[in-house]
Amino acid sequence: MTQVSMTVNGKSVSGDVEGRTLLSGFLRDHLSLTGTHVGCDTAQCGACVVHVNGGAVKSCNMLAVEADGAEVGTIEGQAATDGSLNTIQQAFQDHHGLQCGFCTPGMVMSAAALLKENPRPTEAEVRKYLEGNLCRCTGYHNIVKAILAASGQDVSSIAAE
Amino acid sequence: MYNFEFEKPSTIADAVAALGDEDAQALGGGQTLIPTLKQRLASPSALVSLSGIAEMQGVCVEDDGSVAIGGATPHAVVAREAAGSYPALAALAGQIGDPAVRNRGTIGGSVANNDPAACYPAGVLGSGATIVTNTRQIAADDFFEGMFSTALEEGEIITSVRFPVPQAASYQKFLQPASRFALVGVYVARFADGVRVAVTGASEDGVFRWSEAEQALSKEFRADALMGLSINPMNMIGDLHGSKDYRAHLVAVMTKRAVAACL
Ligand SMILES: Cc1cc2nc3c(=O)[nH]c(=O)nc-3n(C[C@H](O)[C@H](O)[C@H](O)COP(=O)(O)OP(=O)(O)OC[C@H]3O[C@@H](n4cnc5c(N)ncnc54)[C@H](O)[C@@H]3O)c2cc1C
Ligand code: FES
Ligand code: FES
Repeated sequence: MTQVSMTVNGKSVSGDVEGRTLLSGFLRDHLSLTGTHVGCDTAQCGACVVHVNGGAVKSCNMLAVEADGAEVGTIEGQAATDGSLNTIQQAFQDHHGLQCGFCTPGMVMSAAALLKENPRPTEAEVRKYLEGNLCRCTGYHNIVKAILAASGQDVSSIAAE
Repeated sequence: MYNFEFEKPSTIADAVAALGDEDAQALGGGQTLIPTLKQRLASPSALVSLSGIAEMQGVCVEDDGSVAIGGATPHAVVAREAAGSYPALAALAGQIGDPAVRNRGTIGGSVANNDPAACYPAGVLGSGATIVTNTRQIAADDFFEGMFSTALEEGEIITSVRFPVPQAASYQKFLQPASRFALVGVYVARFADGVRVAVTGASEDGVFRWSEAEQALSKEFRADALMGLSINPMNMIGDLHGSKDYRAHLVAVMTKRAVAACL
């Protein structure tokens, strides 16, 4: 067992983990932050995307010990402490960017990473950035629309599909 | 995944010492190794992370103009930091996988792994780069030894990769959309003394140089110079994503596109 300490959503946390414990497992099983979803566990689907030192990573494909000392952000840290949704989450709700919701935590975390790098992306840039996030329900259209709306762009002319 | 000891040295010397233990293995970004461990295809007793070694991070331009990339540099950093000094290579790095994979996966891990469909081997061989390890320097032409096989010895680590910068270069990737790897990828680099063409994704022997195309393009650097040239489909990969003939055809198409993009 190795002791790891990191900051998760602004709070200092620590725990004893095995070498093989994944960051997704540490968040879900040790910290009970089950908003980070594990869809494939093979680095394909992006449901488990979190931020490590500001960058998007697939937490099912990173060891918890590698995040020792890091700043980690998860979906639980996106809304304000009173529960009110942030701009991206609100846009997903307003534009029906989710159906079953399984992919949504990863989509929101990827979207947040994108908008930090590129505050006004084009539709093509949004689609490109989401290449590693799979959704089985929505057909992506409304996810893309929600992210464009969250970036402050007018999406009224983009038809719902 | 079987359990293992985890070590995170901060110098190359300590990493080499830790890798001296039998069954210890280097961990780059883990984007290939962790899935392999999950499938229990490997059972190292210890993983030695290279991510804490400052001297293996980042992109720098050497006195002779070549671009040196630390062996543990993630793809996203290369995409950003090499954009000015070697734009074609930066563009290649920016096309690997997806943003989350690029934030973890490293050049050293990709080159050491030598996946037959990986992007970096084409950039490294196409540029005629030098692979620098803890013990020696290996020319790209001597490094790649067929699918998943390289000249690296047990416990040897790639500390950096040094790229001579061509006059013009381009990587053209025909995406295999499910894996995000290259179905076929071609790297064309034009130097003052000739042209290099490296092909990934296509051959059962892994990345290779297409010498007929190199000769034709060295004489005349135009896509038309490739007219009439073709690749023998015999040694191409044939699978459910594309037949041998299809891949052979794509090699010529992507080479022409790469030349056109250089002009
Ligand atoms: C969803 C997905 C999509 C991908 N798409 C692409 C793509 O389009 N193109 C592409 O090229 N790749 C792709 N990859 C692979 C990715 O680029 C990997 O990052 C890379 O192949 C391995 O690098 P790593 O740093 O993650 O190495 P690891 O997985 O940590 O290690 C791989 C191997 O290299 C060894 N190793 C690691 N670093 C070193 C070093 N410095 N010296 C010596 N040996 C070392 C390890 O011991 C191991 O055997 C994809 C991966 C995923 C998960
Ligand atoms: S659960 Fe991590 S990518 Fe699918
Ligand atoms: S909303 Fe169901 S997977 Fe995306």
